Amino acid sequence: MANMKAAIMVRNLTKKFYNFTAVDNISFEVEGGEIFAFLGPNGAGKSTTIKMLTTLLNPTSGEVEIAGVNPIKNQDAARKNFGIVFQDPSLDDELTAYENMEFHGILYKVDKKTRQTRIEELLKIVELWDRKNDLVKTFSGGMRRRLEIARGLLHHPKIFFLDEPTVGLDPQTRNQIWNYILNLNKKEDITIFFTTHYMEEAEKVAGRVAIIDHGKIISQGTVLKLKEQTHSKSLEDAFLSLTGKNIREEEANPQDRMRLRHNMWRKNK
Amino acid sequence: MTAIYILWLRQIKRYLRSRSRIIGSLGQPALFLVALGFGFGPIFQKAGIGNYLDFLAPGVISQGILFTAIFSGIDLIWDRQFGFLKETLVAPVPRLSIMIGRTLGGATIATIQGIFVLILTLIIGFRPQNLYLLPLTLSFMFLMALLFTALGTAIASTLNDFQGFQLIMNFLVMPLFFLSGALFPLQSAPPFLQIIAKVDPLSYGVDSLRTTLSGISTLGVFTDFLVLGILTGIVLIIGSYLFSKIQI
Repeated sequence: MANMKAAIMVRNLTKKFYNFTAVDNISFEVEGGEIFAFLGPNGAGKSTTIKMLTTLLNPTSGEVEIAGVNPIKNQDAARKNFGIVFQDPSLDDELTAYENMEFHGILYKVDKKTRQTRIEELLKIVELWDRKNDLVKTFSGGMRRRLEIARGLLHHPKIFFLDEPTVGLDPQTRNQIWNYILNLNKKEDITIFFTTHYMEEAEKVAGRVAIIDHGKIISQGTVLKLKEQTHSKSLEDAFLSLTGKNIREEEANPQDRMRLRHNMWRKNK
Repeated sequence: MTAIYILWLRQIKRYLRSRSRIIGSLGQPALFLVALGFGFGPIFQKAGIGNYLDFLAPGVISQGILFTAIFSGIDLIWDRQFGFLKETLVAPVPRLSIMIGRTLGGATIATIQGIFVLILTLIIGFRPQNLYLLPLTLSFMFLMALLFTALGTAIASTLNDFQGFQLIMNFLVMPLFFLSGALFPLQSAPPFLQIIAKVDPLSYGVDSLRTTLSGISTLGVFTDFLVLGILTGIVLIIGSYLFSKIQI
């Protein structure tokens, strides 16, 4: 049924939080080795979609396959195939930069020798090698971000999810990190699925783009196709003409919504 | 296996790095030992039940273990709020291993904390009856630590934030401690209190330490082992189930 080549297959995926529909019947496919940008304004449903693709959240309905594995039914098998850099922090503050990397490497079963070489290589790229033995709690926001990206790249997964990976980074670091990612993509044929608010970034690296707004995919295709479709000069103009120019209220994320409704006792739906 | 080890190691490293927490959590047991131990000691003596410190010390050690264990289980909520939980949950490691690693780590910390309290009781003047029973004491301490860490983890798996913390403190941890017979002899307590104490798992922990450290037994050390062991098994199974159902 599913295209055998598809690294990510999403069909009629929907996520409802009580009466709020965060993701509304979306479908798309990402092929192996492709670089796919998932764009949308704040609160459009990007992160919720990524959570469903990465076994953190169960969909209300629809089908998902990650490298041919259903991440809802077959969580452990699906987890082997992807890596992820989250939008919000996920480091252990009480561990050092090196320990955070080491922890990740062991969880992902990267053998000791590879682990050591890669940790050094990656920490040097994000310019944290000098600070490798410092506790993460002493790091600034930008340093934490760099460390998280380095960590996400430590095991070379088949599919790499990056949820706003370069937010808050200076152009130098952003450039370095994208070069490393693109190189990985080429050398190891890793599929890249990323979200960003920097349209020029998406325009530069993405093979195909999907634009999501209010939980629905409103357009998808190559950057060229989107520009032609909207008669725009840049992806940014295309994005604005598709999603409108109104500024979105940064709404409470679905978890905050749940918290509001159920102050403490969690209910799964 | 390595996943369990690294999760265990993480808990230990975090514990050893929070010196203020280690010292802070010794304050309460010290207070109990000094205020109750010296305060009630003479009355206890007059009532002819023996040396109160012999009776109290195992109770206070159990208290130290109970508190540290439950809270290292509840630590899970921090990980959820600070995002680190996500990092472990998307890793290609069965959630059971994550749960076991965390729980073993928490239980180790609670046991170490129990040993610190034991040292505290020695400083205050408590003397164990039979030093050869010390390995048995330590085993019981670890079993107790395991049970309550698993309980804390199970509870934390169902909580999103610290809103429920006060509830757990006042309606679970405190009653577990005060109704366990850690502070007073159950034999002379009113029947309803005796019944409650029999349902309280900490009673069996306290009894096991009291038997092995002070030679005072009311429930029987074999019963203690059986109850603690079976309960630990049950709580671990329920906890693993709840943990596997966590969504972010």
